[in-house]
Amino acid sequence: MSTQTPDTDDSDPQAERMARKDERAAEREEAASTPDVGDDAITLKVFRYDPEVADKQEPRFDTFHVPREPGITVLDALIYARDTYDSSLTFRHSCRQAVCGSDALFINGSQRLGCQTQIADLNDSETVRVEPLPHREVVKDLVVDMDHFYDQMDAVEPYFSPKEDPDGEQLQSRENREKIKMSTRCIWCGACMSSCNVAAGDNEYLGPAAINKAYRFYFDEREGEDRQEERLRIIEQEHGVWRCQTQFSCTTVCPKDIPLTEHIQELKREAVKQNLKFW
Amino acid sequence: MYEHDVIVVGGGGSGLRAAIGAHEAGADVAIVTKLHPVRSHTGAAEGGINAALREGDDWELHAYDTVKGGDYIVDAPAAETLAQDAPENVVQLENWGMPFSREEDGRMSQRPFGGLSFPRTTYAGAETGHHLLHTLYEQVVKRGITVYDEWYVTRLAVTDEDDPNDRSCHGVVAWDIQTGEIEGFRGRDGVVLATGGDGQVFDHTTNAVANTADGVAMAYRAGVPIEDMEFVQFHPTTLPSTGVLISEGTRGEGGILYNGEGERLMYEYGYATNDGELASRDVVARGELTEINAGRGVDDEYVHLDMRHLGEERIVDRLENILHLAEDFEGVDGLENPMPVKPGHHYEMGGIETNENGETCVDGLYAVGEAACVSVHGSNRLGGNALPELLVFGARAGKHAAGEDLGEPEIPVGKTEGDEGIEESDVDFPVEPGALAASSAVVSGDSPEGVVDAALEAETERIEGLLEKDEGVNHADVRSKIQKSMTDNVNVFREEGAIEEALETIREAREEYEDVSVADKSRTFNTDLQHTIETRNVIDTAELIAMGALAREEFRGAHWRKEYQERRDDEWLKHTMISWNDGTPELWYRPALLEGENQTYEPKERHY
Ligand SMILES: Cc1cc2nc3c(=O)[nH]c(=O)nc-3n(C[C@H](O)[C@H](O)[C@H](O)COP(=O)(O)OP(=O)(O)OC[C@H]3O[C@@H](n4cnc5c(N)ncnc54)[C@H](O)[C@@H]3O)c2cc1C
Ligand code: SF4
Ligand code: FES
Repeated sequence: MSTQTPDTDDSDPQAERMARKDERAAEREEAASTPDVGDDAITLKVFRYDPEVADKQEPRFDTFHVPREPGITVLDALIYARDTYDSSLTFRHSCRQAVCGSDALFINGSQRLGCQTQIADLNDSETVRVEPLPHREVVKDLVVDMDHFYDQMDAVEPYFSPKEDPDGEQLQSRENREKIKMSTRCIWCGACMSSCNVAAGDNEYLGPAAINKAYRFYFDEREGEDRQEERLRIIEQEHGVWRCQTQFSCTTVCPKDIPLTEHIQELKREAVKQNLKFW
Repeated sequence: MYEHDVIVVGGGGSGLRAAIGAHEAGADVAIVTKLHPVRSHTGAAEGGINAALREGDDWELHAYDTVKGGDYIVDAPAAETLAQDAPENVVQLENWGMPFSREEDGRMSQRPFGGLSFPRTTYAGAETGHHLLHTLYEQVVKRGITVYDEWYVTRLAVTDEDDPNDRSCHGVVAWDIQTGEIEGFRGRDGVVLATGGDGQVFDHTTNAVANTADGVAMAYRAGVPIEDMEFVQFHPTTLPSTGVLISEGTRGEGGILYNGEGERLMYEYGYATNDGELASRDVVARGELTEINAGRGVDDEYVHLDMRHLGEERIVDRLENILHLAEDFEGVDGLENPMPVKPGHHYEMGGIETNENGETCVDGLYAVGEAACVSVHGSNRLGGNALPELLVFGARAGKHAAGEDLGEPEIPVGKTEGDEGIEESDVDFPVEPGALAASSAVVSGDSPEGVVDAALEAETERIEGLLEKDEGVNHADVRSKIQKSMTDNVNVFREEGAIEEALETIREAREEYEDVSVADKSRTFNTDLQHTIETRNVIDTAELIAMGALAREEFRGAHWRKEYQERRDDEWLKHTMISWNDGTPELWYRPALLEGENQTYEPKERHY
């Protein structure tokens, strides 16, 4: 906020307000420079690992104490810990608003976005345990290798590709847009894949996000029916939709509330319908 | 060394579009990006994308609104190119499958946005950027374009002739964040910078943590003039605790702003008696802050944005994402309560000087997107005008780099002594801006490969130096010092003394940075090292903004000066240009181009 006001009246409430603000800022600064983080500080237990650093080659947990600000998220707490105590603490993050999908983490035992998770809302808000996404290779601390996830996405031909190039603006009904709407919200965070038991056991399983991507194009009326068949063939393969055991773990963790299991089920039904047609 | 015809630095909307453009023109193109493309901040754009698509609208109206909205220091050829090319680019996105919101008849929906004479903001819910980014990335995958993701570009490979106009760019130096491997990338035909905005210069911003203006700082240090950096847009509706944006679409759909006394402030206090909530962003931001500073805010900090009267159905249909954002990041249910909002840093109108083809004065170096300043936005960007810019100029730069002929540009680039209207500035800075030790990011080499190798060597030395140093200052302390000073002193309301204070603080920060060290010594995913390098870019960028803000002695668009309460067209219809000048920055001016294809844009008073 600017300290300048457009009017120069000295006796306005602005001066008082700024004084109060400065006071609060000074208090905050003091809190940050001294390790006194208040009586109800959050205990943050963070997974640490670095293949190159001698005392981090064996994975371990480090504990940080973070002041409890109203509305503080897990990502805020990690940033605080990094900037205050240990600049080598490593995690991906960028948008801070649940659109970039960088910071899916394993928080108190479930997959969540750090930036979207308020500590006060956790089952245990005293001690927050933060680990990298399970079933992924850890690169360092909270960073996992995402290449496998990206490969699975690539496998479903994740792009709009009608047989013929459209000529001018295509029409799409509101109903059809509504039909695919939820499926287009995916931010590639990988939470679903990490939560899935089937994916954990079958490295080639396409996984919920990739199948959802296929759903997004399969049901988009603009792409055309001839593509539908080809798309079904991809997701029907050995490591495709039929692997899903409808355990709903992906749907539970998806930060964008995409009904993943339902989408997978619907594609199974489409596949059955198609196969009957060929009979 | 990796080699491609065209290297695009950045995988946001502008970089992806540039890569597709280069590919369409037949080039072997690669994207080098510090974030995986789908993580780029284009994904956060909410409201929509302007294009004159419908009957009753035409490109000339769009161009006019753009020039007027920018308060007349937009370059007309840029605004006209934007307005002319936007429709086909938006239809192309649709053809690539982007899930736009639809009308009853199945056509793409458009809605009103601030400063527009026609409701031409085409949108996909309140998550237009997310869909745009993913749609473009899908097309990149479809074309098999190479993406080096999580590679951090630290420097350009530019030759060291005295005059920047004689220099050429042959590639970049980047390191693989995951492994620490550092490598040269040669771009045989060109390098396109698409590195995005500079939100990390301020501490309350709608921007991502990755928005550290790396491209602006790299181009600056290689001699490219940086244009109009004082024009920083503060968005009127950001959530107070995090800076998360509540889209202008909310007001476009009918959302109303109330002050702490429940008054409809835009009308009640005369900030915009015609357009009210839908006046241009600078006008609304100043209105809100004036209310807050006069003691009529809520909790002395913010005002209220109310959309409850729109009804649940309409809100869920068109603004669903806003409900999630308000809930997740402010704990407010927008269906039940008004949302708290205040102005926050949002967008950098200025940037790397380019022409309509994305070219800079350095041969082979291009810039596009928020990092660039072709000068479409002038002193104030209209909502919905950044996304079409990414597409229009991204595509043009990509094609041009790949060798396609796009005709003679009308916008000049580079400082050429004796050029018409070029003027030196006589502004006095309280402290010497620029480098402490002589420094520039240019090298000599006897072949293009030699230039890339020389840049690689210089950069390897810098990075090793940072890693070898055992004790020193932590970059986070330097960065937060800059952010605080810029937010206190070079914000919505600006005055001379405060800007000078910011320049002094920036100087101190530069001195501290000389002693910076990286605590993490690992080669693996070293974000400590990355943030340390970014922080120097943040320092350079903050200084560019503050220098421009001090120089510009008038009130235009987003740039408000206490001492100068008027737009001063007789003297200031010109762009602020800053050249690095090998470490001793030089400020100069170039006249705005108001001559359009069929008309001259005569400056008029802006009324909303
Ligand atoms: C919250 C929000 C809402 C918005 N809403 C709208 C809207 O509704 N309509 C509109 O028109 N505009 C909107 N804007 C503005 C618009 O979205 C942005 O200006 C635009 O998306 C920027 O795109 P870009 O491609 O220039 O940069 P970005 O999308 O930020 O991409 C930058 C890329 O550069 C890469 N990069 C950066 N530095 C380096 C480096 N050193 N090495 C390698 N790679 C690097 C990053 O990895 C990233 O991929 C909004 C902006 C924000 C913040
Ligand atoms: S489907 Fe949901 S959980 Fe899976 S990657 Fe997409 S957003 Fe994340
Ligand atoms: S930081 Fe982008 S999703 Fe959390």
